[in-house]
Amino acid sequence: MTGDPGIVIVGASLAGLRGAEALREGGYDGPLTLVGDEPYRPYDRPPLSKHVLAGELPPEATALPQQRPLRAHWRLGQPATALDRTRKAIRLGDGSEVPYTKLLIATGARARPWPGEGAHLAGVFTIRGRDDAAALRLALARPPKHVLVIGAGLIGCEAASCCRDLGVPVTLADPNPTPLARVLGTLVGGTIVECLRRADVAYRAGTKVRALMGEGGHVAGAHLHDGGLIETDCVIVALGAVRDTEWLAQGGLRADAGGLTCDAACRALTRAGDPDPDIGAAGDVARWPNPLYGGREMTVEHWGNAVEQAAHAARSLLRPDDPRPYRHLPAFWSSQFGINIKAVGLAEGADAVAIVQGDRAAQRYLAVYGRSGRSIAAVSFDQARWLPSYADRIAEGAAFPPILDATDQGRVEILAPGFPPARPGPAADERMREMAHV
Amino acid sequence: MRVVVDLNRCQGYAQCCYAAPDSFELRGHEILFYDPAPPDEARPRIERAQQACPVRAISIEPASLDREDAL
Amino acid sequence: MSEDALFAEVLDPANRADPYPIYARLRRTPVSRQRDGAYVVSTHAAIRSLLFDPRLSSEDLPPSRRPRTGNPLTDWVLNPIKNRVANAHRPLIFRDPPAHDTLRGFVMNEFTIARVNGLHGRVGALVDTLIEQCRGRDTVCLVDDLSYPLPVAVICELLGVPEADEPQFHAWATQLATALEPDARRDDEARRVTVTTFDAIAAYMRRLIREKRRHPGDDMLSGLARPGRAGAPAMGDVDLIATAVLLLVAGHETTVNLITNGMLTLLRHPHELDRLKADPERAPRLIEELLRYEPPVHFRTRKALGAIEIAGTTIPKGAPVILLFASGNRDPERFADPDRFDPDRADNQHFGFGGGLHYCVGAPLARIEAEIALVTLCRRLVRPTLLDDPPPYRAGASLRGPSNLGIRIAGIA
Repeated sequence: MTGDPGIVIVGASLAGLRGAEALREGGYDGPLTLVGDEPYRPYDRPPLSKHVLAGELPPEATALPQQRPLRAHWRLGQPATALDRTRKAIRLGDGSEVPYTKLLIATGARARPWPGEGAHLAGVFTIRGRDDAAALRLALARPPKHVLVIGAGLIGCEAASCCRDLGVPVTLADPNPTPLARVLGTLVGGTIVECLRRADVAYRAGTKVRALMGEGGHVAGAHLHDGGLIETDCVIVALGAVRDTEWLAQGGLRADAGGLTCDAACRALTRAGDPDPDIGAAGDVARWPNPLYGGREMTVEHWGNAVEQAAHAARSLLRPDDPRPYRHLPAFWSSQFGINIKAVGLAEGADAVAIVQGDRAAQRYLAVYGRSGRSIAAVSFDQARWLPSYADRIAEGAAFPPILDATDQGRVEILAPGFPPARPGPAADERMREMAHV
Repeated sequence: MRVVVDLNRCQGYAQCCYAAPDSFELRGHEILFYDPAPPDEARPRIERAQQACPVRAISIEPASLDREDAL
Repeated sequence: MSEDALFAEVLDPANRADPYPIYARLRRTPVSRQRDGAYVVSTHAAIRSLLFDPRLSSEDLPPSRRPRTGNPLTDWVLNPIKNRVANAHRPLIFRDPPAHDTLRGFVMNEFTIARVNGLHGRVGALVDTLIEQCRGRDTVCLVDDLSYPLPVAVICELLGVPEADEPQFHAWATQLATALEPDARRDDEARRVTVTTFDAIAAYMRRLIREKRRHPGDDMLSGLARPGRAGAPAMGDVDLIATAVLLLVAGHETTVNLITNGMLTLLRHPHELDRLKADPERAPRLIEELLRYEPPVHFRTRKALGAIEIAGTTIPKGAPVILLFASGNRDPERFADPDRFDPDRADNQHFGFGGGLHYCVGAPLARIEAEIALVTLCRRLVRPTLLDDPPPYRAGASLRGPSNLGIRIAGIA
């Protein structure tokens, strides 16, 4: 065995862990190394923006179960800083080199930092890692006089929900008319507006924060683009994530801020466009042509994708003779304001939405999204048990709306989903890649 | 011990809540809150919860892991 | 045998002891049209898909029709009203959302974790008493001695139904359970008897509920009958009676099969019996495998609200659909070596309690009862052996289980 450096996994979060388990399960018996930039063994992120903030779980409780023995070298607390494919080695933050025979890249993404003035003030938080959540939890426990959440995506809404559970006054600011506008559209987002109203969250629609200002190094308020000011002593920046690909810049792979491009079997593409059979990628960082969407390239920053894609990429590394396309229907869940939200497919880009079951007024319903007459996504509010049926229809590209003659179905109206116009700035293809990102 | 539930799979059947009420709790109609780090002595109940889950959404770290995971 | 008559074979009492070879033949066509126009769904994948399909309705009971009495007032006024009320207030297993969800919510509010788990000690004591009563005999008649009386005592206690009244509704429960059997549903006479039985048990429940309202106890029925608190509506009386009847019947007619099938299976696999005896911690896995291998409910029926394309077949609107859970549980596409009883099976995602919206409410209680009963039987029956294999079976093809299970023993430990 001497001389074989074995398989190295860069990224020790959910995808890295599940990838390692899949390699062992797939019969790989050689050396295995996991590299992670945080000092922790893999942990679960979904509870961070919910139960950890609420103080129901200590941050360290989120450590993920390891489902099988890995007999791995763990190189934790060290980010990968460079990839050298010719020498088949990666460099770590401490300057050391880790050689590999095969590589699985699962470096994920990190919170998009506050891009404007005031990012370094005390009292300004993001939620992505364990330490972020722990710091924010400490601040919330004090508690602050007021919390401003910037960005009403899933994380922003969950954070706002937690703050209200803790009794802290909250303002939620977002440029769009409703929360979750980019993920689910404003029609469905209207349900969250109702929740916010009931929970006494001040939702500031159409609001863009220009700069954060401080007093004595601590955040004291937010200047808005329209000239307004929100006084606050705690700011949660929930503007999504950016993918960790900088370290790949010199690696000769197709990597950019939108992710690392792979072939359908989740093997990284070289600049020339050929897959490197010795490098796989999985999770938030991996951009691949999803056969389920006609080969459209996408990254999917969701829990379920990390698990499934890691297993798929691991298989592609172990079976280079038999690459198989990774077919994935994105799915996510969120709990906020006492409601369980689950979704399948990619709703953004839909041109129609229909409430197919349940009652929107009762905040217990199922909505399906259509595009050009096809069903492309579905979301359930406390109606999860029907969702698999819609997932099947969406996966098979059924006509929109997909299921008529259902129980608990009123007259099905085709409505406008209300997706906001595309963001100015990044190129159009970049936006497409971000469709699955929240 | 460590536990994780695949909440994409979970449909709120609440069977785990009956099997291990100290570790699993259903909130509202179908939000599952669970303790991902229950005490070791809860293992028999957690395993019961895992067995009873109609959609097999609960993963547990095997008790033998520490012994077998060494390099 | 032509394929479109296979489900008739399933219903034939001659095949009750071993319907599994027929299921295997049915699975060759995952969704198979039968001669009477019903569609039998027999593979794991197709059942799973349809369990979550909102186009399948549970409101498939034929309309209630009370028999003629010759009394014009009854025949032309009272009974038509009763029929309409009954049709509009079926118990929740025959309801679709949103009514189903509301009714189930009321039940779940009372079927609390504390209340169910609090029955542990009581179940243990009952099992010990029932086994103790077999002391001195060389034969146990499992159904009469334990599998039937145990769940009946438990459901009576849980609901707050006086067990002394049990002999009265024993036969009622058996009759009402036939609502799940296709043959009985089709038979006019059987349906008339069912309706009359329902009226009798409903009258009993109405009296009992009135009593609970006067003297509330710490039981489910008292809880369900409690007037709604501020802002929260209570269950209407007709629904309350239907629910109470459902819970009582379900408590009578399902767990009995789980326990009897369990002991039958263990006696057929003495190695597993010995292992359970030595290590009661195996019980949870073993019970899940039992629920797969010999489930207490073999199938449930639904009605297609619209045309459904599935597995190469189109189920037309209005067609009866039979979800053959027990066949999905033996599907080799889903379970390796499916006809083998293997408690150590991984990923045992069975349909033993159904699935989807109508997943068995009583599942946690059934698990408790089956576990305590089977573990205690294994420990206390000395050298148990089967008297008859196969044993005689009860009539039901859906609620399927032995009518008795003779076990020869060398004593009680």
